[in-house]
Amino acid sequence: MNIKLLIRGLKIIIFIGCFPMLGLSQNFLNSGSVQGNFQLDAQYYQKDSAIGANEVSEKMLMNAFANIIYTNGNFSTGLRYESYRNPMLGFDNRYKGSGIAYRYATYKADEFEITVGNFYEQFGSGMIFRSYEERNLGYDNAMDGIRVKFNPIQGILLKAIIGTQRFFWDVGPGIVRGGDAEFAINEFIPSFSESKTRVTIGGSVISKYQPTEEILYDVTKMYNLPENVAAFAGRMNVSRGKININAEYAYKSNDPNAQNNYIYRHGEALLVSAAYSKKGLGIILSGKRVDNMAFKSRRTEAGNMLNVNYLPTLTKQHAYSLSAIYPYATQPNGEMGVQGEIVYSIPKNTLLGGKYGTEVKLNYSRANSIENDTSGLNITGYQGGSKGYTSGFLKFGDQLYFQDFNIEISKKINNRIKGSLSWVNLIYNQAVIEGHPGLPTVYANVLIADVNYKITPLKSLRTEIQFLSTQQDEGNWIMGMLEYSIAPQWFFSVSDQYNYGNEIDAKKIHYYNLGFGFNRNSSRVQMSYGKQREGILCVGGVCRQVPAAYGLNITITSSF
Amino acid sequence: MKRITLIVSCLLIISYCFSQTSAPKSKKLPSVTIKTVDGKTIKTSDISNNGKPIIISFWALWCKPCQKELSTIAEVYDEWQKETGVKLVAVSIDDARSSARVLPTVNGNNWSYEVLLDVNGDFKRAMNVNMIPHTFLLNGNGEIVWQHTSFAEGSELELIELVRKLNRGEDISEKK
Repeated sequence: MNIKLLIRGLKIIIFIGCFPMLGLSQNFLNSGSVQGNFQLDAQYYQKDSAIGANEVSEKMLMNAFANIIYTNGNFSTGLRYESYRNPMLGFDNRYKGSGIAYRYATYKADEFEITVGNFYEQFGSGMIFRSYEERNLGYDNAMDGIRVKFNPIQGILLKAIIGTQRFFWDVGPGIVRGGDAEFAINEFIPSFSESKTRVTIGGSVISKYQPTEEILYDVTKMYNLPENVAAFAGRMNVSRGKININAEYAYKSNDPNAQNNYIYRHGEALLVSAAYSKKGLGIILSGKRVDNMAFKSRRTEAGNMLNVNYLPTLTKQHAYSLSAIYPYATQPNGEMGVQGEIVYSIPKNTLLGGKYGTEVKLNYSRANSIENDTSGLNITGYQGGSKGYTSGFLKFGDQLYFQDFNIEISKKINNRIKGSLSWVNLIYNQAVIEGHPGLPTVYANVLIADVNYKITPLKSLRTEIQFLSTQQDEGNWIMGMLEYSIAPQWFFSVSDQYNYGNEIDAKKIHYYNLGFGFNRNSSRVQMSYGKQREGILCVGGVCRQVPAAYGLNITITSSF
Repeated sequence: MKRITLIVSCLLIISYCFSQTSAPKSKKLPSVTIKTVDGKTIKTSDISNNGKPIIISFWALWCKPCQKELSTIAEVYDEWQKETGVKLVAVSIDDARSSARVLPTVNGNNWSYEVLLDVNGDFKRAMNVNMIPHTFLLNGNGEIVWQHTSFAEGSELELIELVRKLNRGEDISEKK
């Protein structure tokens, strides 16, 4: 056992040791409550050389975690025990092991809130700082340190944080510290309290410290690396009646790192959105620009971990399996994107609305490269050690990364039948998004029908028919799904995705799947058997490559 | 191995401590500061409904079953409110990627729920939500008395039946 492990063990003992001590004061425990949740995913793997599913020497792999939170008045403490025996395919193997990966204690007293241990936090939209988790994707950059929140008067909230970030079973080498202030003008300035225009402004600062290290470039020369990297952001939210406007601008000092190929250029990001909405109609327009904003608490980190910030993707996250085959992810080195959406309910008892009304959603998004000018610098773009490039603040580049136009119409036909029809038109720059230069850009159309038929008030049958057409990549796909549910407890489903358009005959594969689930209150057991397509799985802004898999899968979740 | 023994023994100690006080405790909402869909800051422990039951539903724009649950309930929400006085609070866990789209979607869909934005999952974590949709039912005293994950057509019938029972003063807590 090495020293580090020993120290961690000791820390855990001290932390857990606090619990029995609380037991000394019976009153304290008597008025407290314990809550938590549990999730276990396990898969038994079978080999299928046709889809590229390999044999797993453990035969079965499992990921599990449990959260336990103890709350008593203003005090709360909690921990998460995680176990990866061994990590399921698609999860980083560095998660291998079991242990307490997250523990904290929080105390709230009137204006103050103090947290020690692990915490998740976000400043503004997260463009300079966001600590968060996506358990089902294996992403977690929880802070380990201290957070203080201070709410001196109604309408003003100040936060300060310091700590390191989770890196599998360890923490990253960089120290992240900073603060955020938010002022809800109408709440703390009495004369504005009745104003119809509501204004909130905020600002944040983050600084990352990582000792310099020896990274060579050009065989003999070493980079002169900044040990401190600072980032600033300012934001504003204005709303008046039906109109709501949000804007945030972020700036980061130069931060040569593995993601930007060690260029000495500052970073910038802008995110704006304007919405108009009233009963029955919602319209939103958003735009963003990202320029050299990769920000990690280890400069050599090239993977998904140790992100200090979060750069939201301005595209719709599709929920159907074929429309989600080609998802977009923000390009932190540079992109400009726009998105527009209209949600409209055609009223009941009109020609188009019918007896129950009809709902229409239109969404368009597009992401481009930014201008990347190296003419004044006498280099080729992204040359390590240089200033990289110059770029006019609102200048588009000529490369299209992604475009998505989609429309969805939902309608209730009668008391038994309701459903929706969708059409999605995608342009997906595979070479850039997946980082495989040379791959062609994919142009795809997806059609989806989703129909629900109510057999009795509690029993229904739901079917999905999906069709994807493209000349590139793996060609056409068709997918069918049938689901029978007995509310609120049971569901059974059978589905098949068939890659009939694949140019290679051996790859014209049926990805069938059989599943059932049982719910009782907040517990759920779900089992499925079948084949899983290799692809990108995205949830909440993080994407990970999931491998092809074949076998039996079980998921158990429970909250208590 | 040593560490596992250690952890297990610690957990035993903890459970021993708690077993001393195993009398069921009322579960109130945790206090987390989040925003309403129109930008106001609220404390979740302040969610109230004049002594009537409250439904809290966690959802997101990328979650189909969640939106089906909310639009199914929307069709009967007026009747539910008139009959039982129940209020539904829809907590969106969309992050900065899509949180700005929540308000136009809620309005465009004609939903008249109270909508909260939990952009970094703070309320979700405090409520131990793993998967969405996850629906909680609170009685008139603001105590969590029932919860359920997933949605299938017809689940809303069970939900309103439970609300009616609460209004009649019946005990609906999960029987172990």
